[in-house]
Amino acid sequence: MSELHNREVDPVTGHDTTGHDWNGIKELNTPFPKLVIWALVLTFAYSVIAWVLLPAWPLGRDYTRGLWALDQDEEAVTGYRALETGRQGWLARFTESDLEELRADAGLMAAAYPAAQRLFGDNCAACHGTAGQGGPGFPVLADATWLWSGEPAEIALTIRHGINAEDPETRYAEMPSFDWMETGDLEALAQFVAGLRDGTADAGSPAATLFSENCASCHGEGGEGGLGVGAPSLTDQAVIYGQDAATVLETLRHGRQGVMPAWTARLSPAEINLLALYVAGLDTAGDEAGQ
Amino acid sequence: MTATLTYSERRVGLALSVLLTLLGFAMAAAARQGVMSVHGFMALALGLGLAVRLGGALYDPPPPRERMQRYDDAPTRFGIAMTLVWAIIGMAAGVWVAALLYWPEATPPWPATSFGRLRPVHTTGIIFGFGGNALIATSFHVLQRSARARLADSVSPWVVLLGYNLFCAWAVTGYLMGSTQSKEYAEAAWYADLWLVVIWITYFALYLRTLARRAEPHIYVANWYYLAFILVVAMLHIVNNLALPVRLTTAESFPVWSGVQDAMVQWWYGHNAVAFFLTAGFLGMLYYFLPVRSGRPIWSYRLSIVSFWGITFFYIWVGSHHLHYTALPYWAQTLGMTFSIMLLVPSWASAGNAIATLNGAWHKVRDDATLRFMFVAAVFYGLSTFEGSFLAIRPVNSLSHYTDWTIGHVHSGTLGWVAMIVFGAIYTLVPQVSGRVDMASPRAVEWHFWLAVTGTLVYVIAMWNAGITQGLMWRTYDANGALSYSFLQSVQAMAPYYLLRTIGGAMFLAGAAICAWNCRATMRAAQGEARDRPLVAQPAE
Repeated sequence: MSELHNREVDPVTGHDTTGHDWNGIKELNTPFPKLVIWALVLTFAYSVIAWVLLPAWPLGRDYTRGLWALDQDEEAVTGYRALETGRQGWLARFTESDLEELRADAGLMAAAYPAAQRLFGDNCAACHGTAGQGGPGFPVLADATWLWSGEPAEIALTIRHGINAEDPETRYAEMPSFDWMETGDLEALAQFVAGLRDGTADAGSPAATLFSENCASCHGEGGEGGLGVGAPSLTDQAVIYGQDAATVLETLRHGRQGVMPAWTARLSPAEINLLALYVAGLDTAGDEAGQ
Repeated sequence: MTATLTYSERRVGLALSVLLTLLGFAMAAAARQGVMSVHGFMALALGLGLAVRLGGALYDPPPPRERMQRYDDAPTRFGIAMTLVWAIIGMAAGVWVAALLYWPEATPPWPATSFGRLRPVHTTGIIFGFGGNALIATSFHVLQRSARARLADSVSPWVVLLGYNLFCAWAVTGYLMGSTQSKEYAEAAWYADLWLVVIWITYFALYLRTLARRAEPHIYVANWYYLAFILVVAMLHIVNNLALPVRLTTAESFPVWSGVQDAMVQWWYGHNAVAFFLTAGFLGMLYYFLPVRSGRPIWSYRLSIVSFWGITFFYIWVGSHHLHYTALPYWAQTLGMTFSIMLLVPSWASAGNAIATLNGAWHKVRDDATLRFMFVAAVFYGLSTFEGSFLAIRPVNSLSHYTDWTIGHVHSGTLGWVAMIVFGAIYTLVPQVSGRVDMASPRAVEWHFWLAVTGTLVYVIAMWNAGITQGLMWRTYDANGALSYSFLQSVQAMAPYYLLRTIGGAMFLAGAAICAWNCRATMRAAQGEARDRPLVAQPAE
């Protein structure tokens, strides 16, 4: 079939067709657009310049280093160091161990506060909430009662070594199981503890005696907590696992042993001190956020 | 299916069905339990079903003698139906996981419904289920018409389509049961990968055999693209999936690649899946259906040749741009970046060639929603290839990488370009193979078009905003050298965008559902078969 005979001129563009015909599909013999050639030249020039300046072509066991001789490992380290240097003006101060003195320096604390907020958001908020409001299984940090202590130095210790963590110096705390108790006693005790929250617990009941014999040594005579042994207050509306009678019964039967990880491997000593001061400040700064 | 097969073809089909049944039985028996055994039973069920159907129809009247003087459109019709089935599955999974990102607490308590298992159901369902079936179905149509020849035989198109869909079903059900190779877009188990190789070789052979019988002296450009798609995807699939099974009786395997070589092979595969699965084949679709629907000649023959070789040559190099600032050597990153920039020229040349083809047919673009689908596809092809080259520039990538900008970019390509050209092709092809002038409801096509365009824009714009916001929040430091935002704040900032994305995706899904309904109605109201005929009748085998 002679293609030349099939050529025709397209009335819209004025170009002739190639003479090919596929079931009605034709193609115009439009000349190759100059714009495309220039675009190819331009992008090729960009590439050649990049190849000359940057590491680009492999040469067996080596590669062309490029005129700029860039190394991405060095760039990453240099960039990180530059940022670190920018922080040294204030962050280095936090390596000091006298946290009270640091807390008294209002200017320093103001400079460090945004960084402390980010550190808290990136490392603590996933469990303790963005404002330290806690949640089921995770203690509230924004109220006035503490499992261990609200002193910054003690908080720093908790952050460093954790609670029940895989760390030789970790804090240790366990709510033991009271499954040896009679079911009736357990249920009465659970009702009593649930009542501590809203003040409806009957101080003259047999359950009150059970409480004072079995619970008070850790949770305090009135359940007010704050003894610094890792046992929560049962009167401050913020029990870790919940304070309805059913949950308390579950806790009494099976015990609890929550874990707070140790952070020394991830955070620097200065960052830990900064965070400790930030968390210590949450109970005054975050009264509204606490639930 | 059986009505178009001769007695001997039905016998071949029956034998193959029995073989598939035996294979399924062997898999189930060897594995005894777990994913592989479920997959064995699936193959067994498919084989048995086909055997019953073919065996039952074995002595039915043979097809009319003039069968050989017609095109073989039954596989295309089946492929289009599967395209739409997978569109609904894949897009519904997509909308579901998009909603989970906005309401994560709504995750149901069953392992099969976790985000991690459903996300590959979405990607595989769309890329392989929807995209793959559309490519195979349209390739049969385009190949026969542009070669003016009937498919080389009547059994292998069914082997390709049924076998391919078994692969997709194996892949997707495997993910739901927790089986994955953990390679993005290549999660399917080793035996599914081997199965796909067999199917793919059958497909390639069928394509070449039909092309060899063409009644036209030249091979139309659409066929080059389809061939590039078939050939390169085979190469990518085999190299990336090289793995040693832990046991021949379980789905688990170890990839032969490790470390940074594994990452490089994976993204060489991953990006060329975009290039040759999601681009080359769909360009073949564009090069055929756009001139057919607009009634215009391709604007420039020369440009289509140069674009084809430009795209096939440059794409193969660019996978390393997925690994900027990683353990991959700097030199490989530079090469990926520079070839990505050069790639823009043939990509835009293709988009420009398509849009210039519409010169003289703009009134049709205005009036015909089907042609508008193709026009929008060409525009989004241009947009997303520009965006791709731009994101491949190393410093730009330092902002965009790991953010939702990547998701936005992918969907501007898959919703705006790939799905739009598929719908344009479907609305051209379905009436034709149903012997009709138009779809059952042209108004529904119009509705689908606007839902698809609006859904795409809402989705893509939301993700651009989300990605750039994330990228900036992650890298902003205050004057004291501390990060300005915690990671959690960047997650909270995503909420409005994730909601918008869910809405955009739901609109797109609604459009696809309308399309599926319309295609079903059209095929049910078919007035005979396609009226065009091959130029030269095929000799009977």
